[in-house]
Amino acid sequence: MDPKQLYQEVILDHNKKPRNWGRLDAATHRAEGVNPLCGDHIWLALGLEGDKIAAIAFEGEGCAICKASASMMTMAVKGRSVADAETLIEHFRAMATGREAVATSGAVLGRLTVFAGVKDLPSRVKCAILPWHTLHAAFRHEATATTEGAADPVAQDA
Amino acid sequence: MSANLLRRAAAQPASTLDVERIRGEFPLLHNVRVHGKRLVYLDSAASSQMPQAVIDRLVRYRTTEHANIHRGVHYLSETATAAYEGARKIARAFVNAGDEREIVFTSNATDAINLVMHGYGRRFIVAGDEIILTQLEHHANIVPWQMLCEERGARLRVVPINDAGELLLEEYERLFNPRTKFVALAHVSNALGTINPVRDMIASAHRRGVPVLIDGAQAVPHMNVDVRHLDCDFYAFSGHKMFGPTGIGVLYGKAGLLEKMQPFKGGGDMILAVSFEKTTYNVPPHKFEAGTPPIAGAIGLGAAMEYLNAVGQDRIAAHEHALLEYATDLVGGIPGVRLIGTAKEKAAVLSFYVGEIHPHDVGTLLDQEGVAVRTGHHCAQPLMQRFGVPATVRASFACYNTFADVDALAAAVRKVQQLFA
Repeated sequence: MDPKQLYQEVILDHNKKPRNWGRLDAATHRAEGVNPLCGDHIWLALGLEGDKIAAIAFEGEGCAICKASASMMTMAVKGRSVADAETLIEHFRAMATGREAVATSGAVLGRLTVFAGVKDLPSRVKCAILPWHTLHAAFRHEATATTEGAADPVAQDA
Repeated sequence: MSANLLRRAAAQPASTLDVERIRGEFPLLHNVRVHGKRLVYLDSAASSQMPQAVIDRLVRYRTTEHANIHRGVHYLSETATAAYEGARKIARAFVNAGDEREIVFTSNATDAINLVMHGYGRRFIVAGDEIILTQLEHHANIVPWQMLCEERGARLRVVPINDAGELLLEEYERLFNPRTKFVALAHVSNALGTINPVRDMIASAHRRGVPVLIDGAQAVPHMNVDVRHLDCDFYAFSGHKMFGPTGIGVLYGKAGLLEKMQPFKGGGDMILAVSFEKTTYNVPPHKFEAGTPPIAGAIGLGAAMEYLNAVGQDRIAAHEHALLEYATDLVGGIPGVRLIGTAKEKAAVLSFYVGEIHPHDVGTLLDQEGVAVRTGHHCAQPLMQRFGVPATVRASFACYNTFADVDALAAAVRKVQQLFA
C-alpha cells in the first residue's frame, strides 16, 4: 500500500483540526487510552443520556493516525446509541486488522474507510484502533484501555 | 578473505574509506528495493547489515564444520570446537582483554548484563546498597538492576544529563557514598549517540573501590575499544550491531571477578562434575556458558570482528564522524527540525523531531521514500521523559552509509513537512 493513500487529506485535516477536541465537565463516562510502546495517549469523555451519546470529547497526544481516528470516531458516534457505537467499533477493528473487506465494512463505516490502509502497516494498526478501544472501555466504565498485551488487536486477529 | 581485505585496506590513504567498495560487500544493500526506491538503511544502531565475509563464514561452518563442541572426540566436534574457541581468541584481541578466560559468550548485550546482575549482583549486593546508573541508559542496563534492587532492598541512583545529552560528571561524583556498590553505564547512548567519558568515570569509581560495568553495545561497532585501557570490570556488547549475527553477544569480565561470581544458568558444559549431592562448577568462561551455545553465532561474530579489523576501526570512526557532521548540518538545518542530543562527543546517531509531527508518522513516510529509520522511545523511556518527548526519529549510520544517504534523508524529511504543511 502507498502510505500516502493513508495520509490523505481527510486524515491530515482531522489531525490538524481535531473535532470534539477538549474536555467534558459533566461527563458520565471517561476512559484513558494508552499505547506505551508508541506513546499514543488519549483521554475520552462521554455524556450519555439514557442510551444516547449526547456529548463526546477527547484530548491527547499521538500520531496523526491516532488523532484523526479519534476525531472521526467522535463525529461518527455522536448522537448515536451505545449499541450502534459498539457495532462501529466491531467493524472498525475488523477493517483495520484486515479481517473484513472494506467493501463489507464500508456500508457501516462510511467515511471511516479512509483508515482501511492501516491493515497493510502492521505497526500502525494499533494507532488507528486505540480510540475505539478507549470508547469501548468508557462504555464499560473501565478507566483505561490499551492495544498492547492481551488487548493487542493484531495478535488476536493474527 | 580477511588477509585479502587487509591488503586492500592498507593500500588506501589512512584518512579515507572506500565506501563504494564497502557497500559492495553488503549484499542486502543491493538486493532490496523498498517501495520501488533505493534502500537507505539508517537503522544500524538497532541492527547492522552483514558483509559477505561473515555470511560466507557462516555458510562454511554450517556446510562443512558443524557438530556440538567440547563434547565429541570425533573430527567434526574438534573442528567446531576449534572454530568456536578461535572466535573467543579473536574477541579477546578485539577488545584487548588479557586472557581468553575473560571472554564469555552470551546471547546479546542484554544477556551479558543480566549475567552480571545474577552472577555478581545477587552474590554481593545487599539491602541498603546503592547502584549508580545514568539517565542515558538503554532499558537493558536499567531493568536488570531494578529487579536486583527490588529483590535485595537496594537502591538505584541516576546520573543526570544536561540539555545536550551529556552526563553531569560533578553530579556523578556526588552520588558516591559508602553504600555505593556498583556502577553500570553506557559507553555510547543508543538514543542520542553521546559518547560518555567512561575511562575517567571508571577511575573515579575505582578510587572508591566500586566495580563498573560498561554497556558497550553501541560503542564496539564504531570505535576501538580497549578494556584494559578503560580498566572496566565488565564490558557487554552484541554481535548483530557490529555486522555479526543475532543471538550472540560478549561479556568481558576481569578474571578475578568472574571467578568470584556465581553461575547464572545451570546445565551442561558449565560443570566439572555432577552428582545428586553436589555439582562442581567449571572455570570461567565455561562456568557461564551452560548448554550448547550459539556456535555459529560466535564464529560469525569472530568473522565480523576480523572484518572490522580489516576495514579499520579508526577509519570507520572518521568516516562516520564526517557523516554525522554533514547530517547534523543538513537535517538539523531544516527549519522545524529539532535535534535531540547535541553532545560534543557523539557517535553517528541523529535523533530528532520534525515540527509537531509525531515520529511514527515521520517514520512511515520516510519508509515510503526507501529511508529506514527507527522511531519510538529507543528502549530509553527515562531519557525521552528528560527531553519531554514520547519518541524521536533516529537515523544511525554505519561504515556503509554515504553522503547521498544523508541527502536522501533530508529530502524525505522535507517531503514529510510538505505533506503536513
